[in-house]
Amino acid sequence: MSFAWAKQYEPQSAFTKWLDEKLPLPRLVYSAVGAGYPVPRNLNYMWNFGVLAGFFLVIQIVTGVVLAMHYAANSEVAFGTVEHIMRNVNYGWMLRYAHANGASFFFIVIYLHIFRGFYYSSYKAPREMIWLLGVVIFLLMMATAFMGYVLPWGQMSFWGAQVITGLFSAIPIVGEPLQVWLLGGFAPDNAALNRFFSLHFLLPFVIAGVVILHIWALHIPGSSNPTGVEVKQESDTVPFHPYYTAKDGFGLGVVLIFFTLMVFFLPNALGHPDNYIEANPLSTPALIVPEWYFYPFYAILRAFTGDLTIPFTGIVLIPAKLLGVIAMFGSILVWFILPWLDKSPVRSGHYRPLFRKFFWFGLIPTMAALFYLGGAHAEEPYIMLSQIFTAYYFLHFLVILPIVSQIEVPKPLPFSITEAVTGKDKPAE
Amino acid sequence: MAEMSGATTPAGASEMTEGADGIRRRDWIHVAALSTAGVGGASLLFPLVSQMAPSADVLAQSTTEVDVSAIQPGQAIKVMFRKQPLFVRRLTADEIKLANEVDISSLRDPQTLTERTKEGHEDMLVTMGVCTHLGCVPLGAAEGENKGEYGGYFCPCHGSHYDTAARIRKGPAPLNLVVPEYSFKTDAVIRVG
Repeated sequence: MSFAWAKQYEPQSAFTKWLDEKLPLPRLVYSAVGAGYPVPRNLNYMWNFGVLAGFFLVIQIVTGVVLAMHYAANSEVAFGTVEHIMRNVNYGWMLRYAHANGASFFFIVIYLHIFRGFYYSSYKAPREMIWLLGVVIFLLMMATAFMGYVLPWGQMSFWGAQVITGLFSAIPIVGEPLQVWLLGGFAPDNAALNRFFSLHFLLPFVIAGVVILHIWALHIPGSSNPTGVEVKQESDTVPFHPYYTAKDGFGLGVVLIFFTLMVFFLPNALGHPDNYIEANPLSTPALIVPEWYFYPFYAILRAFTGDLTIPFTGIVLIPAKLLGVIAMFGSILVWFILPWLDKSPVRSGHYRPLFRKFFWFGLIPTMAALFYLGGAHAEEPYIMLSQIFTAYYFLHFLVILPIVSQIEVPKPLPFSITEAVTGKDKPAE
Repeated sequence: MAEMSGATTPAGASEMTEGADGIRRRDWIHVAALSTAGVGGASLLFPLVSQMAPSADVLAQSTTEVDVSAIQPGQAIKVMFRKQPLFVRRLTADEIKLANEVDISSLRDPQTLTERTKEGHEDMLVTMGVCTHLGCVPLGAAEGENKGEYGGYFCPCHGSHYDTAARIRKGPAPLNLVVPEYSFKTDAVIRVG
């Protein structure tokens, strides 16, 4: 589906005409990411990150398939095979560093993609399904990244697997058996390593599938844009190719500069030195933290230090451990209902003065603080700060956003994208 | 190529307008950008292909030293060289005689015993234990094994017979058993690879 003025693919040569009748793949590409896909003309660089995320998914799959040719998912030899990749395999060091830093960059671009969505309310009708699928992709990414981090079978791998599967043990009654079932044992061992490897190989392809759904859903209403005003006429759009292929290409070049800087000059800057020590079930590292991209959620998990009790009776309703787990999962699950929490008819934060203040001075500093706190030691003042920012995080989504969207007086919107860009436009006939 | 000195752009002309030669100034940046991306992308193929080649630890096994002093005439030993069997055989005087009596022109892969051994060590036959037909390990190195009709090696997979110089004499194999690159480090030790 697309706008009425979208150009149609016209095969030129005899071969492409023949192909178009049998398998119209060029037609699909032309209409999806070619000259046949009209896109709002006013997209800024925040709209680059979807394509960039797709790029890093490809990087991860290519380097991952290659690493799997040299890695062995057996707790006896896994750590050694990773060192074998680093020392013996031709360019193994480069491929592994590209994979490890590729995961970080995948999360960097995904976070920017998500925060673009927050600011410009990309989750609102008619784009709720795109948003929901995006949250599913994010959850799948988290699972994939976690299991991938276990594979080198270093100290952080082992204790990360212990802690994360331990989250499930917080669930009442079934929790402990569930953790044992997930691990295939009473602690992370060969069984866990093997199944994590299997799933770590599988899930990226599941992600690729959901990405296709995500893009399919996107192509029905078309991209949103920085004004939040829907496309009305042909002058509001430009063809995806060459305009946005060029713009995305430029953004890709910029990101690749930073990516290669990390891979070749700071390959371990985002990792933990402890993971170069082989897993030892008898010794826990002094500071167990997940990879940096999980810090905010880890901070929320650790913020809950007291049980939820009925006041003055001492009866525990929810123990602290379970509260933390619920909050951690809830902090992402709340995104699923975001399209229905924010009731404002105006999409772009640009025209929402109150929303914008809470975004820049509320949500962004909170996320920045949680990123910092998740990597800090579990001691004061970090625990108290985690509690304050966790409280704001949930208040922002569950209380502030609904209220702001009701009481706010938005700034006047431009009549159309064309008017927003050129300063003048007349109502279409 | 488009004119590159931007200072003298004619009035009304922009990078998007075609010149008399049908070339736009913007074409240059298209060619430059796509060439850079193309060369960059193609150069990434090299590590992706190269990683499948033998790794450093495999290459490190590419030379092997073998002590051959204990091998008695008529005896052979099997050792591993590059994860493949290597036959080291000390020939008896009869076997040497048998090998030298053969009319070279009648052989499928004509080679003399002298060509297949080192000077001064004509009794020491060093060959790969890999049949040149389809890669099975021929019999005849160990005591009591079938040495084939010509007293050398016999491949049980498809019936290739090798003589006492490990030359192919009968059966489907096209070539003699391969003599790897090796040298005598001392009279007692050979260095293979």
